[in-house]
Amino acid sequence: MARRTLRHIFFTPLIRENPVTLQILGICSALAVTTSLDTALTMSVALTTVLVLSAAIISLIRRHIPVSIRLIVQILIVASLVIVIDQVLQAYFFDISQRLSVFVSLITTNCLVLGRAESFARHNPVLPSVVDAAGNGLGYSLILVVIGTLRELFGKGTLMGVPVLRTVEDGGWFTPLSLMLLAPSAFFLLGLLVWAIRATLSEQAEPLAHTPPDRREAAE
Amino acid sequence: MTDLGALFLRAMFVENMPLTFFLGLCTFLALSRRVDAALGLGVAMTLVLGLTVPLNRVVYDLLLAPGAWGWAGYPELDLSYLSLLAFIGVIAATVQLLEILLQRFVPTIHAAFGAFLPLLTVQCAILGGSLFMVERRYDLAESAVFGLGSGAGFALAVIMLAAIRGRLAYADLPAGLRGLGAAFLLTGMLSLGFSAFAQMVTS
Repeated sequence: MARRTLRHIFFTPLIRENPVTLQILGICSALAVTTSLDTALTMSVALTTVLVLSAAIISLIRRHIPVSIRLIVQILIVASLVIVIDQVLQAYFFDISQRLSVFVSLITTNCLVLGRAESFARHNPVLPSVVDAAGNGLGYSLILVVIGTLRELFGKGTLMGVPVLRTVEDGGWFTPLSLMLLAPSAFFLLGLLVWAIRATLSEQAEPLAHTPPDRREAAE
Repeated sequence: MTDLGALFLRAMFVENMPLTFFLGLCTFLALSRRVDAALGLGVAMTLVLGLTVPLNRVVYDLLLAPGAWGWAGYPELDLSYLSLLAFIGVIAATVQLLEILLQRFVPTIHAAFGAFLPLLTVQCAILGGSLFMVERRYDLAESAVFGLGSGAGFALAVIMLAAIRGRLAYADLPAGLRGLGAAFLLTGMLSLGFSAFAQMVTS
């Protein structure tokens, strides 16, 4: 039974309750790094690591954090972890850390990390918290990787820098869509993705803000 | 002076926080259902960004920059890796102070947009403003102008989106597109429109 609930905690955030498409959490830093697949992957790994570690730490000391200052404590824990990740990236993956610019530091204010700490890790033991964090991190990564793949493939014809579709300049057939490398395409792709998910899982569609008046009744 | 004016326009239009850097999107989408809420958020953003970016510049120069502790006999000390923690502290303190002062001295303004202030402590666009300021090495005056410009740009974008979404409230959209999906597509179109400003300021 316990294993089944753990599996449930892990798999529901992947698509059904995806933090990005259902709860609009954490998109702040998500879209800017999706112009190519390698930055999207780095960002995913960094965010999932921070999410899992912060969930573990907060869950470990959950009985000792005074309720009134819990937000400050959580932010401090997250910020310290982000500093560590940022230094590691700068030390071992300098090129990518330059391209990610300030967005690794912005994981600190990513609503997803604080959201999971506040709503789950604060009330649950370590193991479920870590599993929940990993599930949410992977759900976020999934969206990032999908958008990163589409944008790099159709914007440059490459994946991870390796040519996949041969461009016209190289004597191939593919004309790169430079719109894919600009900011608007990320919004369009994410909007279409949300539409696709909500069209499949129709219970997630938002209710009408205003019900239109019934025409036949009005005519009578 | 013209440089500062160009910087303001650049921060407001060309490098618009939500539309070109995707910063602050969580609040941007959540609070753009109604124009009055969007207006309150925009004013609060401009105020907080205009205050915290120059404040963080001062904190960075005095305490964190490489060599800032030279006067105390530690010219080698480089605390810039702590800037994240320091910036968040400064932002949280500024927001709290601003809220207390507004509540005490101008309660009408506090009633109008005070509710949005606490949200801004953990807002990507606010922290992003300070981080960009360090990365691009703005001086104190430039930081203030950059903060105000970014805030004004955010306000403009969120009010525009709220106005469009208000009109669309009566539209008969496909069920899956209602709300979030439509908001993303609209933001994309706004972003496409703003990319036309890219040539406005040449630097």
